[in-house]
Amino acid sequence: MNARTDPPGSALQKILRVTGRDPYALAGIAIYLIFGLTALFANVIASHDPLEILFLPDGRVAANQSPGGAFWLGTTNMGRDVFSQLVHGARSALMVGLSAALMVVIVGTLVGLFSGYFGGWVDSTLMRLGDIALSIPFLPFIIVLAAFLKPNVWNVVIGVAVLLWPNTGRIVRSQVLTLRERSYVEAAKVSGASHLSILFTHIAPNVLPISFLYGSIVVGWAIFTEASVSFLGFGPTDSVSWGFMLQDAFVSQALSRGAYYWFLPSGACIMLMVSAGFFISRGYEELLFPKLRD
Amino acid sequence: MRFIATRLLHSLFVLWAVVTLMFLMFRLMPGDPMAAYISEALSEESKQSIRAQFGLDRSLPEQYLFYLLNLVRGELGMSFFMKEPVWDIVMGALPNTLILTLSGLVIAYAFGVIAGAYLAWKRGSVTEGVVIPVVLATRAAPEFWVGMIMLALFAFHLGWFPSGGAASPGAMYDSEWGRIFSVDFLKHLALPVLTLALYLQGLPLLLMRSTMLDVLHEEYVNMARMKGLTTRRIVLNHAARNALLPVSTAFALSMGQLVGGNVVVEIVFSWPGLGRILVQAVSASDYPLAQGAFLLVAVALITMNLLADLLYALLDPRVSHERQN
Repeated sequence: MNARTDPPGSALQKILRVTGRDPYALAGIAIYLIFGLTALFANVIASHDPLEILFLPDGRVAANQSPGGAFWLGTTNMGRDVFSQLVHGARSALMVGLSAALMVVIVGTLVGLFSGYFGGWVDSTLMRLGDIALSIPFLPFIIVLAAFLKPNVWNVVIGVAVLLWPNTGRIVRSQVLTLRERSYVEAAKVSGASHLSILFTHIAPNVLPISFLYGSIVVGWAIFTEASVSFLGFGPTDSVSWGFMLQDAFVSQALSRGAYYWFLPSGACIMLMVSAGFFISRGYEELLFPKLRD
Repeated sequence: MRFIATRLLHSLFVLWAVVTLMFLMFRLMPGDPMAAYISEALSEESKQSIRAQFGLDRSLPEQYLFYLLNLVRGELGMSFFMKEPVWDIVMGALPNTLILTLSGLVIAYAFGVIAGAYLAWKRGSVTEGVVIPVVLATRAAPEFWVGMIMLALFAFHLGWFPSGGAASPGAMYDSEWGRIFSVDFLKHLALPVLTLALYLQGLPLLLMRSTMLDVLHEEYVNMARMKGLTTRRIVLNHAARNALLPVSTAFALSMGQLVGGNVVVEIVFSWPGLGRILVQAVSASDYPLAQGAFLLVAVALITMNLLADLLYALLDPRVSHERQN
């Protein structure tokens, strides 16, 4: 009984301990939290509708307004409020990031569990599949996918999930390989538990914390990828994302007009979000990348 | 030898899998691949003859067989829109992509290796606490955003560099080499390379630093210390040399990923490379061209992965020895 409940607690405890001690981990989580709250309360924080064309008091379209006054970060060439777009961009960024991460965690964990537990041909087939997935050019694949499936946020989510599961899968697999030999798993086997019940009640809870930690890095990657895809013009046009803002600024001559207020903030937000993923992976390095014994 | 053979076979298998996946993607996706090519105005017979010309009137397995045979012969078909052989188009764009990638990588790795070694040496100092988060941030900044800032600042505001392309209008050269080493070309190359290098330097820097820290704890470094060698000599001659191993592998891997991963940089700077061709082909539903560009990018990635593995085995005898046993 004790043996069964102890390991998941310890994995979680390790994560909590690192969080308290490591400034990188703490900074990463803080950034995620701030953007998470922004996304949640986007409607309250944003000063305008992000896609509404705004007008000045004298009736002219509020195009290309410099920051200040009613428009904290200025307006686009179509008279849309940059600050409100930025705030709503956090929402689409987190949606893409979290769904992609969740899918990678699910696929990667399942693959790792089956691969590590059953070994043999299951293992070699799944790992070979992983090799193939990692040999597909990442961004080109997602561009082709996005072009076939029509502009949609889910293209990026699917693409990231299809190509990035092997990393999580390998880590989970190596964890399962050691867990498989633990005495409580042996005990469960002797007491007649089925393979599936051993996998999902005894082993899975122990690897889940690591899977989710790995997923937190995927959040940043997915946001980075979504921004690139949107920038290339293959993103959805009906919702505002940071990549969409950058593309809008790029094709609307914001660069030659020196409208830095339009394109600096959204890129900085992407940078912060992706950095948060890096900070977290750095903070939890010892948990994420355990040195394999020789 | 056996290690090389197994690795080669493995790469061929992966290449076959990617090629097959690509075939399925391009054939089974919704929409008629010929919709963009065949005008509605054509008679039913001419439509059929065009389909036959592209082999689209045959069954899927037959198409697959022809597709594989053509690939083996280097036959990539004709671009729908440019009405030129796909092979010629992608091969024309490849040098530009390779030059951009290689110059970016060389600058990034030269800087990263030196800066990483220095940081490992100065471990625990205040600079380290500031530099590492900054380096992580440069890896997190989207390349196209950095490119946009560079363009706004150095091309539009200061006017030091051209705002895109690889040549000024009307520029003519006697040969490909004459073009590449012309001042005009280098001026066009500067900003894209700088953008790419800024994004890439983080990996070699962090890798160099962490492997050097590992190496500095190894026995032979202690030995050198006991022999009375100076820290500088230990760092340069012993630790740095061994830390270069993972860095050179990373170089090969990045090279493979970048041939296709450069897309956004090529788009921002209108650089006439392979990634830009791919984006244009996909936007225009030019399937043969998109397929050809994707294939070339995949071949580059798989080849460089293979090379990185072989390089690793060559430089670190422990690996090849272990695999043989």
